[in-house]
Amino acid sequence: MGERPGTEQIDETTDASGVKKPKATRDAYGDTLLELGKEREDIVTLDADLSGSTKTAKFAKAFPDRFFNIGIAEQDMVGTAAGLALTGKVPFASTFAVFETGRAWDQIRLTVCYSNTNVKLVATHSGITVGEDGASHQALEDVALMRALPNMTVIVPSDAAETSLAIRAVADFLGPVYVRLGRAKVPYVMPDNYEFKIGKAHVFSTGKDANIIANGLMVDMAVRAAEMLKLEGIDCGVINMSTVKPLDEVALLAAAKASKILVTAEEHSIIGGLGSAVCEFISEHSPMPVKRVGVLDTFGCSGDPDELLKFHGLTAENIATTVRNAL
Amino acid sequence: MSLATKGKITNVQELMALSKKVRGSILQMLTKSGSGHTGGSLSAADIAVAIYFSKMNYNADNPSMPERDRFIMSKGHAAPLVYAIMAEAGYFHTDTMNTLRTIESPLQGHPCCQKLPGIEVSTGSLGQGLSVANGMALGLRLDKNPARVFCIMGDGEIQEGQVWEAAMTSAHYGIDSLCAVVDCNGLQIDGPVEKVMNINPVGDKWRAFGWHVIEIDGHDMQQILSALDEAEKTKGKPTAIIANTTKGKGVSFFENKVEYHGVTPSEEQLVKALEEINNG
Ligand SMILES: Cc1ncc(C[n+]2csc(CCOP(=O)(O)OP(=O)(O)O)c2C)c(N)n1
Ligand SMILES: [Mg+2]
Repeated sequence: MGERPGTEQIDETTDASGVKKPKATRDAYGDTLLELGKEREDIVTLDADLSGSTKTAKFAKAFPDRFFNIGIAEQDMVGTAAGLALTGKVPFASTFAVFETGRAWDQIRLTVCYSNTNVKLVATHSGITVGEDGASHQALEDVALMRALPNMTVIVPSDAAETSLAIRAVADFLGPVYVRLGRAKVPYVMPDNYEFKIGKAHVFSTGKDANIIANGLMVDMAVRAAEMLKLEGIDCGVINMSTVKPLDEVALLAAAKASKILVTAEEHSIIGGLGSAVCEFISEHSPMPVKRVGVLDTFGCSGDPDELLKFHGLTAENIATTVRNAL
Repeated sequence: MSLATKGKITNVQELMALSKKVRGSILQMLTKSGSGHTGGSLSAADIAVAIYFSKMNYNADNPSMPERDRFIMSKGHAAPLVYAIMAEAGYFHTDTMNTLRTIESPLQGHPCCQKLPGIEVSTGSLGQGLSVANGMALGLRLDKNPARVFCIMGDGEIQEGQVWEAAMTSAHYGIDSLCAVVDCNGLQIDGPVEKVMNINPVGDKWRAFGWHVIEIDGHDMQQILSALDEAEKTKGKPTAIIANTTKGKGVSFFENKVEYHGVTPSEEQLVKALEEINNG
C-alpha cells in the first residue's frame, strides 16, 4: 500500500500530446464520491481504517458528519451500512476487496442481499495489481462471492472515466451493488461519448472470427489484442462487460452468433467470475468454444503489478495467443 | 384496530397479561408448525412485550412510519415471539400465525423484512443485529429523528465477535438512542453458555466497552419497566440491559431444558403448557 500523506500529486491529467494520463479507478471513486456528497445529502460513507487507500478520505474530510469510520471491523461496517440504508441513506461502504467480500460475506448475504437494503459496497485493491502486498491482499475470488448472492448487482469498471459514471449510476440505483475497483493506475479505454448503464455492455467491435469479453483493466488489453490479431487477418471483436451481474445477454448472444469462438479476460480467478458467467450463459443458449483468460486456480504473490500481470498471463499478447490457439 | 391506537401500556398487570397471551400464541404457533425455537422465544417474552407495548412508538397500519421506534430481534430464532407480539399489535390477522414456516407465509422460520412489513431487517445468522441497530440510530440522528432503537440478543449470541465490534461502534459514536438487551438464559444449543464458551462477567464486559449497564430479573415486569425508563434517560452512551432469564420460562417441563431450544411442544404438552401459563 504505502500511501504517505502528501505524496499524491495533483498534476495535470493529460500528457504533452493531450492523451489522458492513466488514473486508478479508486481515485476516480474518491473524486466522484466527493462530488456526490456535495450534490446529495443522503449519501453517507463508511470505511474500515483504509480511507486513505480507498479514497473515501476525500469525502470524510468534506463531510465528517456523514462519514463513519468503523475501525478494522468489516462485518460491523456492512451491518451498520445496512442500518443506515434502512433509514433512507445511501451508504457507500469501502475497504479492500478481500476484506469487503470475504470477511463480511455472511453480513452481506443477510443484511444487504436477503434484506435487500440499498447498500453500495465499493471495494478497492482488487486483483493481483495490488502488487507487493501479496496474496493475502489480492482478491481474486470477490466477483465469484458477490455474483452468487441473489439481489446483488456486480460491476467491474474498466477505467477511471467509466468508474465515475458507474458510481453515479450506482448512487441512483435502488438495491445492493458491488463495485470492484483497483489500486493501480490504468489507461483510459472507453470512448469519450460513452454512456454507462448498469447491465449494458459496451461493444467496441464485433468480430467474425472471435470476440473477447473483458472487464476491468483487461478491457484495454483486449482492445490491444484485437488490434494485433487484425494485422494477422483475424477478425476479432471486443466487448466491455463491466456489469458482470446482470450479464448483458443480448450483447453476449449477438457476439456468440457472429463468431466462431469467444474468449473472456478478467483480473480474477477463472473460477466464478466473468469467464464463468459467460460459460454458464453460452452453454445453455448458444453452445460454442469459450476460452478463459484469468488467474488460474491459484493465489497471487508479491511483485511489481506489471510483472505480476505478465506472470499470470494477463496481457494483450496472451489474449491474442489464446484467440489464435482456439481458432 | 391495532393495540397502538390504545396508546402505551405501563400497567404492570396489563403487561403481564399480555405476556401470558403472547406465550400462549408462541406455544400454539410452534405446536402447529412442528418446528422452531421454543426456549428462547419464551425467555425473552416479558422483555419484548414490555419494549413493544410500554415503550415503542409504532403504527401497525403504517409499518414504515418514519418516526416509529425500531425493534430488531437479533437472535432471529426467537421469531415466534416477534410474530406473537406483532399479531397482538395488529400487524396481521392472528390466523396468519397458523402459517408459520410454510412456503407462502410471511412468517418465515427466521424474520424476513422482505416478506413481513414491520420486521426492520432480516435476522437468523446470529451476531448481526446490533450493527444494523447502530446504523439505524446513526441514520436517524442525521435526520434529527428522535426515534429509538431496541435490539435483543441471546447470551450465546454475544460469543460472536461482530457483537463486540458493534458494541465499540455504539459507544464510540455515543449512540444513546440505542437500548440493547441480552437475554441471559444461561443456555445455548450445546449446553450451558458457561460450559460452551464462558461469557462472564457479562455486565463488566459491556461496561468496559463504554456502555451504561443495568442488570435485572428479566421476568420481573416492574424491573423491566424501570430499566427501560433508565435506558431512555441515559444520555451520551448506549444502554445494555442484562436480563437474567429462564429459558423456556412459564412452562415447567421446558424451563432450563437445553433440549427445548429447538424442539416444539407435542399436542399433549401444549394442553398442559397452556394450563400452566394461564394459571401461572
Ligand atoms: C452465526 C450463527 N451460528 C450458529 C447459529 C445456530 N444457532 C441458532 S440458535 C443458537 C444458540 C443461540 O443461543 P442464545 O444466543 O443463547 O439464544 P437463546 O438461548 O436465547 O435461544 C445457535 C448456535 C446461528 N443461527 N447463527
Ligand atoms: Mg441463551
